[in-house]
Amino acid sequence: METKYAITVDDLTVAYNYKPVLWDIDLAIPEGVLMAIVGPNGAGKSTLIKSILGIIKPIAGSVKIFGKPYKKQFKEVAYVPQKGSVDWDFPTTALDVVMMGTYGSLGWVKRPGQKEKKAALEALEKVGMLSFKSRQISQLSGGQQQRIFLARALVQNASIYLMDEPFQGVDATTEKAIINILKELRKAGKTLIVVHHDLQTVPEYFDWVTFLNVKKIATGPVKDIFNDGNLTKTYGINYKVSVQE
Amino acid sequence: MSSAQLEIQLIACLVAIACAIPGTFLVLRKMAMISDAISHSILPGLVIGFFLTEDLNSPWLILLAAVAGVITVVLVEYIQKTGLVKEDTAIGFVFPALFSIGVILIAKNANDVHLDVDAVLLGELAFAPFDRLLVNGVDLGAKSLWVIGSIVVVTLILLVTFFKELKVSTFDKQLAATLGFSPLVIHYGLMSIASVTTVGAFDAVGAILVVALMIAPAAMAYLLTNNLKKMLVIAVFAGVASAIIGYWVAHYLDASIAGSMTTVLGVLFLLVYLFAPSKGLISVLFRQKRQQVEVYLLTFMLHLQNHSEESERHINHLSEHINWGKMQSKTVLDLALKNNMIVINNNIISLTEKGQGFTNKAIDYITTNSAVAIEKMKEDFFLFRG
Repeated sequence: METKYAITVDDLTVAYNYKPVLWDIDLAIPEGVLMAIVGPNGAGKSTLIKSILGIIKPIAGSVKIFGKPYKKQFKEVAYVPQKGSVDWDFPTTALDVVMMGTYGSLGWVKRPGQKEKKAALEALEKVGMLSFKSRQISQLSGGQQQRIFLARALVQNASIYLMDEPFQGVDATTEKAIINILKELRKAGKTLIVVHHDLQTVPEYFDWVTFLNVKKIATGPVKDIFNDGNLTKTYGINYKVSVQE
Repeated sequence: MSSAQLEIQLIACLVAIACAIPGTFLVLRKMAMISDAISHSILPGLVIGFFLTEDLNSPWLILLAAVAGVITVVLVEYIQKTGLVKEDTAIGFVFPALFSIGVILIAKNANDVHLDVDAVLLGELAFAPFDRLLVNGVDLGAKSLWVIGSIVVVTLILLVTFFKELKVSTFDKQLAATLGFSPLVIHYGLMSIASVTTVGAFDAVGAILVVALMIAPAAMAYLLTNNLKKMLVIAVFAGVASAIIGYWVAHYLDASIAGSMTTVLGVLFLLVYLFAPSKGLISVLFRQKRQQVEVYLLTFMLHLQNHSEESERHINHLSEHINWGKMQSKTVLDLALKNNMIVINNNIISLTEKGQGFTNKAIDYITTNSAVAIEKMKEDFFLFRG
């Protein structure tokens, strides 16, 4: 049986001021996996996600979403940026931020209506934030802000979710809540790609993993390739992680 | 009130509206200084436009000046992108350079027209009604009124049409990009509007004060609301109020209208800055003070809970033990008593049941730092409010 790939990355090289951040990356992400991208600071994890999304232009190589360029497929992809990438003092409410997720399918000029509002409220409920819908976003805790971002991605109703460190600075309850939603999405056949930092939880949370450090070290099922050898190659020091079965 | 007075106030109000709308987005995008740059560097555009058309009222002047404004933004961004200097530095030399080119062009070639540097910097609203729009000999009102009126109409149409796009790209540029809304298109759209508005307002209030009209109303509105639509409305009202009050201040003081308008803006901003209900300075200081007292109260109650020995809980030794001044100890003690958190028997302080419960919950909150726990605490106690 031929595997269907959600994302294929070919010979991707990205450079900031002529210094390569990602070097000749080849990556084929099968549809329906929950994948972690791991690697040390400066490994290019966020850059890889942003290149897939077309936010960063590579100096070489290409990215295909279900076989087509991102520009033609943007409705299939939802993005959860790092929480710190926006100004939370912006004058708006939790509900309004989630509604922004519907803007992509609306396109230019058309305004969100009742249908979009209903979708946003459902997404808020899914992440357990419905009672905070009217709250100003600066009045939310870090974990709550992360849930809002997740809800915003959920309303996009995409096939692929790209998340940049969704567990950064959230409490344990939120982390559990988020991972449960991610696992549910995978069950529904979605493809999820998550930049992740906590190596201990990789086997518990994910079924697919990509090791990245400027170059791609390895990619594949967690049970096959999440081992000390690949960790050491990625992090450059002798790494020992007890992998739970 | 004469019709000229009415016309001047109307122009001033329209200028305020035209400025407040792009100003709100500039403030939210942390680009307030860009308006300063644009307002100065449109000068060479105006001058060159005048040389080409020989007509101070040609629409080409507005167009060329707006192009000069956009060029400023492009130059600043290009220089900044090289990474050799920071953005504020880039702004700091790009606009004086362009402005000075305009100044030299005027001095060399346009001495005989009323395009002098004073008028450029400060504007002259009082003269605006003299310049009439005549169509087939019929007086349709002051020309400035028509120019700025058209700019207001266009700005409002664009705002309503692209509100969603402006909002999302201002809040989260990367999301906007992934949703298919080019942040670059929206950015330069906004910059073009800001430039055109500056040119339109320029004649009335001059290059320096147009900056105040863009930034001050938006900054006031930012402190008064947490809703973008309300922020726009408040900014517009603040601008219009300053325009009208400023006009009458100028009238009674026999001073510059533009100067008075800006002074009124400054005073209004100061009032809002100090007295805004939740984001004003006084409110913030008051909240900080209250939170500080609440933390002291908690510290005090934790101390009581940690020590069963009476020597640690004697009212006279309290200040020594937790190393607080007399006044501070008394404030905290009174607060705890008032809230029925403690009882005092023979000068020995003990926690009441309520105090015990409060302390336990507070410890829970601090050690788990769970968002769910805070929400309940906020309902029950004053400590973690806002």
